Amino acid sequence: MTRPHDMGGRFGDGPVLPDQDAHVFEKDWHARALAVTLASGSLGQWNIDISRHARERLSPKDYARFSYYEKWMAGLADLLVERGVVTPDEMAGGTPTSSPLAARMLKAERVPAVLASGGPADRPSDVSALFSVGDWIVTRKIAANRLVEGGHTRLPRYAAGARGQILRYHGTHVLPDSAAHGLGDAAEPLYAVVFPATELWAHPEYPADEVVLDLWQSYLKAVE
Amino acid sequence: MPHDHSDHPHSLLPPDPALRVKALETLLTRKGLVDPAALDVIIDTYENKIGPRNGARVVAKAWRDPAFRQALLEDATPVVADLGYYGRQGEHVVVVENTAQTHNMVVCTLCSCYPWPLLGIPPAWYKSDAYRARAVREPRKVLQDFGVTLAENTAVRVWDSTAEVRYLVLPERPAGTEGLDEAELMALVTRDSMIGTGFPRTPDQAAP
Repeated sequence: MTRPHDMGGRFGDGPVLPDQDAHVFEKDWHARALAVTLASGSLGQWNIDISRHARERLSPKDYARFSYYEKWMAGLADLLVERGVVTPDEMAGGTPTSSPLAARMLKAERVPAVLASGGPADRPSDVSALFSVGDWIVTRKIAANRLVEGGHTRLPRYAAGARGQILRYHGTHVLPDSAAHGLGDAAEPLYAVVFPATELWAHPEYPADEVVLDLWQSYLKAVE
Repeated sequence: MPHDHSDHPHSLLPPDPALRVKALETLLTRKGLVDPAALDVIIDTYENKIGPRNGARVVAKAWRDPAFRQALLEDATPVVADLGYYGRQGEHVVVVENTAQTHNMVVCTLCSCYPWPLLGIPPAWYKSDAYRARAVREPRKVLQDFGVTLAENTAVRVWDSTAEVRYLVLPERPAGTEGLDEAELMALVTRDSMIGTGFPRTPDQAAP
């Protein structure tokens, strides 16, 4: 039911190690990995939810042993083959053939405009907002995709079955549970929902602490 | 089922990470899908052009201009876009303000969502398992790892970035900064103070 990326609240990871004057990219290949990923994304063969899910469905063993940008590379390699952009033979070092997608290649002179234009996730939707700021809701008891077994979702396990209060309405946004599987944008209302720490943790540090998550309307039910 | 498979194509690449990236870049270049010069521009953008100075400018302006601060807290996206801070991983921006009662802190437990146009590429610790796992459950202990202690009775509100909304913390303006201009205030604003894992510098700690 769960995947290894869903680690909020987990015990045993040790201290956070802040860096003081670290470089943006610790190693040259980190920078290349980020750039290759962004450039490949501009070929238009997947969306951000598909690429996130490609990293999340690495085997738990690979997810744990790969460093951050190794996960990016593995997710990218898997997507390139799955989408037929690259053949397994090419990935294994065989002689590459030119791609029909070459016309879409991101050229250097277009990079600033592409990075500056971004990819907004808000979309018009026929789904009307059921909740108002201040309403109490409860999240799904099981943090799982309802469209695809084992599929992508953005409700973390630690916030499943929890009572919270609508804090902010963000408008209607692409539903990752659908978009990650090529099932369409299925945009619906998105809210910032605030949860008392006491609702999430057996031993919260301080009773007045809170955690806020951005959650889609279909993850939520009204409570009295 | 989603595309789980035992024959992961990524295992076809060389095991060494640097060689693995090189192999992918070379393959995609030879197929006409990647322009190495475009990769250089992407890297230069995030190494030299887009970084925490952008966010620091937003914070300094908010400290100096009450109307700007008000507009920023109400709907930050158009306000920061007016300053030129819009784009990938910053299409929907919300700014949350620290007060004596509430300290805000930002994390992405599921991946590494971060406001790129305002802060650049996230630091390694932000993407680490330890931060992702612990920030939501024990924020004060995580803050201790940064040498940060909150005043007693300050509540922590942790923002887990689970959608495409990106959060920036507006830290409290340090005492003794009356009369400082925008550039002087910017020098006090640290990256970590805009994530919520640090405080701004005080004037006597200001970087040269």
